[in-house]
Amino acid sequence: MITVTSARKDYGSFTALDDVSLDIPSGSLTALLGPSGSGKSTLLRAIAGLEELDSGTVTIEGRDVTDEPPQRRGIGFVFQHYAAFKHMTVRDNVAFGLTIRKRPKAETAKKVDELLEIVGLDGFQHRYPAQLSGGQRQRMALARALAVDPQVLLLDEPFGALDAKVRTDLRQWLRRLHDEVHVTTVLVTHDQEEALDVADRIAVLNKGRIEQVGDPVTLYERPANDFVMGFLGSVAHLGGQLVRPHDIALERDRATALVLDAKVPDSPGVIDAVVERVVPLGFEVRVDLRADSGERFAAQITRRDAAELQLRAGETIHARAVGRSSVVDHDPALAI
Amino acid sequence: MTSDTDQQRRGPHPETDAAPLPPRPGATAPDGIRPRGDDAPHGAGSGGAARRTRHGKGLRGLRRPLGIGIVTLWLSVIVLLPLAALTVAAFDEGLAGFWEAVTAPAALASLWVTVLVSAVVALINAVLGTLVAWVLVRDEFRGKRFVNAVIDLPFALPTIVASIVLLSLYGPNSPIGVELNATRWGLVVALLFVTLPFVIRSVQPVLIEADREVEEAAASLGATTWTTFRRIVLPTLAPAILSGTGLAFARAIGEYGSVVLIGGNIPRETQVASQYIQQQIEIDRPLNAAAVSVALLAIAFVTLLLLRVVSSRSQRREERDA
Amino acid sequence: MRVSRGTRLSLRVVALGYLFVLLAVPIGVILWRTFEPGLSEFIASISTPAAKSALNLSLLIVAITVPVNVVFGVATALTLVRGRFRGRGLLQAVVDLPFAVSPIVVGVSLIMLWGAGGWFGALDRAGFQVIFGIPGMVLATIFVTLPFVVREVEPVLHEIGQEQEQAASTLGANGWQTFWRITLPAIRWGLTYGVVLTVARALGEFGAVIMVSSGFPGVSQTLTLLVHSRYIDDHNTYGAYAAATLLMGIALVVLLLMTLLDRKRSDR
Repeated sequence: MITVTSARKDYGSFTALDDVSLDIPSGSLTALLGPSGSGKSTLLRAIAGLEELDSGTVTIEGRDVTDEPPQRRGIGFVFQHYAAFKHMTVRDNVAFGLTIRKRPKAETAKKVDELLEIVGLDGFQHRYPAQLSGGQRQRMALARALAVDPQVLLLDEPFGALDAKVRTDLRQWLRRLHDEVHVTTVLVTHDQEEALDVADRIAVLNKGRIEQVGDPVTLYERPANDFVMGFLGSVAHLGGQLVRPHDIALERDRATALVLDAKVPDSPGVIDAVVERVVPLGFEVRVDLRADSGERFAAQITRRDAAELQLRAGETIHARAVGRSSVVDHDPALAI
Repeated sequence: MTSDTDQQRRGPHPETDAAPLPPRPGATAPDGIRPRGDDAPHGAGSGGAARRTRHGKGLRGLRRPLGIGIVTLWLSVIVLLPLAALTVAAFDEGLAGFWEAVTAPAALASLWVTVLVSAVVALINAVLGTLVAWVLVRDEFRGKRFVNAVIDLPFALPTIVASIVLLSLYGPNSPIGVELNATRWGLVVALLFVTLPFVIRSVQPVLIEADREVEEAAASLGATTWTTFRRIVLPTLAPAILSGTGLAFARAIGEYGSVVLIGGNIPRETQVASQYIQQQIEIDRPLNAAAVSVALLAIAFVTLLLLRVVSSRSQRREERDA
Repeated sequence: MRVSRGTRLSLRVVALGYLFVLLAVPIGVILWRTFEPGLSEFIASISTPAAKSALNLSLLIVAITVPVNVVFGVATALTLVRGRFRGRGLLQAVVDLPFAVSPIVVGVSLIMLWGAGGWFGALDRAGFQVIFGIPGMVLATIFVTLPFVVREVEPVLHEIGQEQEQAASTLGANGWQTFWRITLPAIRWGLTYGVVLTVARALGEFGAVIMVSSGFPGVSQTLTLLVHSRYIDDHNTYGAYAAATLLMGIALVVLLLMTLLDRKRSDR
């Protein structure tokens, strides 16, 4: 269990962390999600001891580590750009934590070989980081961090420097690793898809504050505010409210639309809009629309519905919200 | 990447008896002062998760100011204190005494000879240095890598050796009958030798990075080779040429070892400022020596300052146009 | 830019011709004059007691200057790159100062500070000779070689960034372990290059050293001072050529090392 209480960090006049408090349950995989400048990296580094808080405390497994340097916090840290020890072999990199603790060589070698097998780098012992791909280097960094049996594993945008395909593969691999090893893991990312894919719990940060904490489903379906809603997935502005594009239904007949809309509580009503473009996107179809008010939004409908509607550019169509939209007291300041 | 292009990319790189280098891009540290981890545990135990404000960093924080203190002390003792002592000595008899020492006929003459000869050398370097840089970058011939490596020889060679070497060719026993001993042209040749690499190494990296497509565009629009060079290439090279020339000038005015044998030390004719200063020390006139030293330093600093102003202005223009 | 064949050739001729006349011919002449009387003459000339003691003195000065500059140079580079404090720009400028100062002025400054009538003149009066003694020559050499290690290590430190060091600290390494195992290996090529430059400059320093040295043969003459004294004082032209050739040989080795190391520190 990691507990952060009332953390505050300023850089001159810029507030990176504004009275942040957070509990991270033991054994969970928690994502710190937010745009750049939200403070997520600062928070992670404060937990690691790589940044010093101006005020507030950090507790790891019941022990107050606020004044402890990183060496003494029992953490493992993985950097976005790997921070590989370039002049050492893969083996020496992974063994580093054990080497400086003066563990016996045989024990160290065995542990290193085990770890390299777990991360799929068996046989790479004598290579240098420069000879590895980005994904391989990151796996090595992970093995290195795990070698010292940390209580907590902290990852700072670990897949940020990798290609899209490697990114998806590696994050799913990380999830599987976590399921086996069960180390409390905190992951910083700006990619909501990554967070939704991998994490047990997500903490959404914005401008140094925590907007919402919860499991992925809750955050996606019951966002606390417009910011969280907008950040977790795409949104459309429909009549002054935020709606998920796949929660928009299109009707040719206005009367039908009105009847159906009346059944939805707190809805933004029926919006008349002109079809600008119909874009097939694999298994869904996106329809770009422009409302009478001039507002542009996109609806995402199934292929079947699109086939039924037979929409053409320039036609007028009636849009209504289905299912939950954003909170009724829509705050424009929080919209993205 | 071949090694000679690496060398060419690096830019000037002085060794023996060297002169100011171009201002470096400031090394910016990542944000936040990060005290180096220290093994010693810090501070009293915590009292629960209560809000706590931290001032000062305990033992961890000591490292930084201690390091700065030691480095400052080191630089002061080695560099700053001697220069301070020099300046104080130069004004030992006040501003008037300083002025008198600097404007003494022999002193003034030596400064004049120094500046004149150095300026000529700088100009020759500007032209021929650029030419050599051009040939090294844009031309191909056997042995080019060797020639490129040899350019750095004046950097690695002791100045007194340069002096002797040039003397053997252009001195009293010249095998080709050219005697430049104790002439201003002898000074010029010696200074050309030691300042050879400056403009070349300054211009090479710029030439390598230069955008050939711009030149091709000019050609496609009808510009002749000379016009393209004059209007397109030269303006790009101008800051580097200026920088290298300034460095060469600053190096030349302070030069001693390479001119001491070939110059002849004739007052008003071939006596350069450094020789005058040395002479004043020898005849136990420390005030004169210090005063002219300060004057020489002032000229070097002004040159450095001008270089910095010009380079930052051209950098700003580059950023603006980018 | 399309350069006509004729122009290209003439530019090449001018460039190579200039270099030939300025560099190659003079060096060729001196090599000829040194070795023409025979190799044994050369060996004899550089094995005289005065020459041997000059070599020893030069090497002694290098042996003191290099470690001092390595320790303080790396410390300075670390402070400049990793620190954030007011006056950092000023410190940087001070590091570059020695490049702007004429060697003669270096000598005069040291005399003003350490000489008998200088600020620290008490030392001299107490019998500890700085000026006209070896300490003075060492101080002068340190002055002129100060920037090299710093300037070569700084960009490397800047380039490798702090992440490797931070990773080491998260893995449990303390400050010293991090420096020794991570930082130092990372900067080793830049550092070596800086040391090579320092050695070259230290061996070749003339103007500053001649000011603070008493110049007695066999006692306080470095190799460079030997060249000068043989020509001016002894009128031993051949001796001067021989000593100069010796120094030139060392310079060529330095140049070779520079070229080799340059490749090492560019690729990683």
